[in-house]
Amino acid sequence: MIEFTVNGKKHSVDVEPEMPLLWVLRDVLDVKGPKFGCGIAQCGACTVHLNGEPVRSCSVPVSTAAGQKVLTIEGLAQKGQLHPVQKAWIDNEVPQCGYCQSGQIMSAVALLARNPSPSDKDIDAAMTNICRCGTYARIRAAIHAAAKSPKSAKA
Amino acid sequence: MRTSRREFLKQSAAIGGGLTIGYGPLGAISETLAQKAAESVEINAWVVVRPDDGVVIRYARSEMGQGSMTSAPMLVAEELECDWKRVKIEYASANASVKRKRAWGDMASVGSRTIRNSQEYLRKAGATAREMLIAAAAKQWNVPASECGAQNSFITHGPSKRRVSFGKVAEAASKLEPPKDVKLKDPKEWKLIGKPIKRVDIPDTVMGRQRYGIDTQLPGMLYAAIAQCPVFGGKVKAMDSSRVEGRRGIVKVLNMETFVAVVGDNWWRAKEALRDVHIDWDAGANGNASSASLMEFYRSGLDAKEDIAVARKDGDFDQAFAGAAKKLEAEYWTPYLAHSCMEPMGCTAVVKDGKVDVWTSTQNAEASLANAASVAGVSLENVEVHRVQLGGGFGRRGGAQDFVRQGVAIAKAMEGTPVKMLWSREEDTQHDFYRPASLIRMKAALDDSGNPTAWYSRVSATSIFSSLVHLPLKPPLAPAEGVDPQSVASIFDLPHAIPNVRVEYAQRNAFVPVGFWRTVGHSQNPFVRESFMDELAAATGKDPFEYRRALLQKSPKDLGILEATAKAAGWGKPLPAGVFRGIAETEGYGSYTCAVCELSVDKNGEVSIKRLVLGIDPGYAVNPDNILAQMQGSAVYMLTAMFWGDITIREGRVEQSNFHDYRMMRLREMPKVEMVLAPSGGFWGGVGEPGQASIAPAVCNALFAATGKRVRSLPLKNHGFTLA
Repeated sequence: MIEFTVNGKKHSVDVEPEMPLLWVLRDVLDVKGPKFGCGIAQCGACTVHLNGEPVRSCSVPVSTAAGQKVLTIEGLAQKGQLHPVQKAWIDNEVPQCGYCQSGQIMSAVALLARNPSPSDKDIDAAMTNICRCGTYARIRAAIHAAAKSPKSAKA
Repeated sequence: MRTSRREFLKQSAAIGGGLTIGYGPLGAISETLAQKAAESVEINAWVVVRPDDGVVIRYARSEMGQGSMTSAPMLVAEELECDWKRVKIEYASANASVKRKRAWGDMASVGSRTIRNSQEYLRKAGATAREMLIAAAAKQWNVPASECGAQNSFITHGPSKRRVSFGKVAEAASKLEPPKDVKLKDPKEWKLIGKPIKRVDIPDTVMGRQRYGIDTQLPGMLYAAIAQCPVFGGKVKAMDSSRVEGRRGIVKVLNMETFVAVVGDNWWRAKEALRDVHIDWDAGANGNASSASLMEFYRSGLDAKEDIAVARKDGDFDQAFAGAAKKLEAEYWTPYLAHSCMEPMGCTAVVKDGKVDVWTSTQNAEASLANAASVAGVSLENVEVHRVQLGGGFGRRGGAQDFVRQGVAIAKAMEGTPVKMLWSREEDTQHDFYRPASLIRMKAALDDSGNPTAWYSRVSATSIFSSLVHLPLKPPLAPAEGVDPQSVASIFDLPHAIPNVRVEYAQRNAFVPVGFWRTVGHSQNPFVRESFMDELAAATGKDPFEYRRALLQKSPKDLGILEATAKAAGWGKPLPAGVFRGIAETEGYGSYTCAVCELSVDKNGEVSIKRLVLGIDPGYAVNPDNILAQMQGSAVYMLTAMFWGDITIREGRVEQSNFHDYRMMRLREMPKVEMVLAPSGGFWGGVGEPGQASIAPAVCNALFAATGKRVRSLPLKNHGFTLA
């Protein structure tokens, strides 16, 4: 049995230790926010936080998460309050199809946590997730907007 | 409403603890609360009014990011005069469409046609419902309906100032005969159309609550991973699954003739086991084919004297060309491209008791339903295709319904058990219906003042309509007998004033499957047409904007967007040292677009795009912010394709497999995109696709201005260029 917490809730799963975290989340725990895009850590649609760090969960064996804290898009809003990044995403009408956006948002939240006012270059370096609909200009604008929002420092 | 539907789904599943309740009677799951709840009143197929005055507007097409789940209902609401803030949108059921004789018309989201093909009946549906609500109120007050008006979900009687809400009269209104003729608003009276309205699906997406086909979860569901023959047209010769039998979670290995499916209790286990199933493929006829042999095949179409169709013939090209003082000839190539939707192909299905339920990300629920029925061998009435958001579509999930056929075939083999089939990214890249490759020969003759007197194009390419959709290439679909309209798009309908024009089509259907890739023929032919037009301008030493301008004097809409975009881009004004411009203009999907690109190139071929100014005249602009999103997205999709997109073939199979070798543009490469929205009114053009059309030639024409090198084939990586 492998134990870890997802969005603050403890889980214990009986799976192969090499099973990727993504598929444990999606197929075993029914946490569908993280998406499958490539399976080789290229696209970032599966991005979740492992102890606060963004990881591409399609390429992280679940054994790595043992005893750790996993945060997914579903756990981002607190007490019914959207995270400032989510709010900026809505205000800037970022998503199109939206499939990559939970990964984009988790990457952006991690960026702002370690760098509360990122430059364009910082955003370029951190935001390597692929979006086929082409929402990049709005992702950049939304990250800047979230950085300026008063709540983001605490987030 | 969409959340409620999911809650209902969850409840059904929970109550059932199996499939009995959730699936019987068929369609129970898809019945949304508005369709089901006794207190909600359907005024017509599009409009449902609830007693609390909330209005449910049905949406029949698919949402894949193009935004028409918002803009189509806006058209209904505009005429209905309801309070937009209280509108809920729900998908029309594909099964109900069968039973109600297509009450919602065409359900497909393809060809940028949601707005332009349905605007009239959507607005009429709203206006009809409004008139019925007004008539019911007038009857209740015993006053003439002509003295009453509707606004914000209330009906008001002018003289007495009495008011009643939609919800209070909905029941009575629903029993009235719908008026035959309704007057639609003058565009000057529009309150919603033309305003930047927030997309309705975005909050769910941002909270991780949006549900795509891949997210389907059903009680007792199994998962399938599949392997298709790597060589197109091949099939399974023999299969040995002994190594995976009895492995944890593996339920069944199926030989499906053209593919092998491993069914397991989660997708990862199925996919891992699939690698250990030994499959002996029969490659069939195409095992030796390569990109080189395909090029030879297409080249044969350029030189052929036979099997050629003439798409357009004005004047006498041969005579004008033979006698001309100045002649130009060139060949252009555009490659095969994969769609690479972020959500790989997949389909969840259950076949039980002669009925089929399907959950899949589809651009055409009706086609999915028909394919499911045919594979399962049941009638259309016994199938439901449950509607979900699509993780990208770009044309991949419309015309080709291969994923539905596979999903239902697996579910049939596992009868009674729901199975979610999902492709790996590698399957998705290697088993697409690709944007056709195309080889085009161009010729033109110029008179002494540099004006073109003769223009010739010969297109050699696979026909999507004949090879995928199996439609005969005859008018009115085809511009002429034997011509695929997409193969010659933007070339046969060249709007420029040229007296002698001949456009020919050599239909050369290769074995590589082709399909509709965002912007289809307009994704490749404007690159050819507008680059060659630039060649003519350069050959005469004329400014490429002025050259086009002179030739478009009798095509006011093309001219209008050309001039508006050039003006906004500051065409003709001095640029910083080392920065160069290119321009291109195209009509497509009923909209007119123009692109101006400013760029610089360093000695390593690194292209730095300083500005991309994208003009569009869609006639009426329904949701302007969404049009901007589509133009930004078009820039990313086209720049990705033109710099890196190249599906190549070796030994009958696609060489690329995943994002490491089929490169996608990333955020750091996104240039500044400025939109020039110039809606001239009087027509309804599409916005999902036309934005791409003018980009590639504008960039390549700027590259020519910068380097003197004329790019006649894509992608640019093959010419040593990359995007900074």
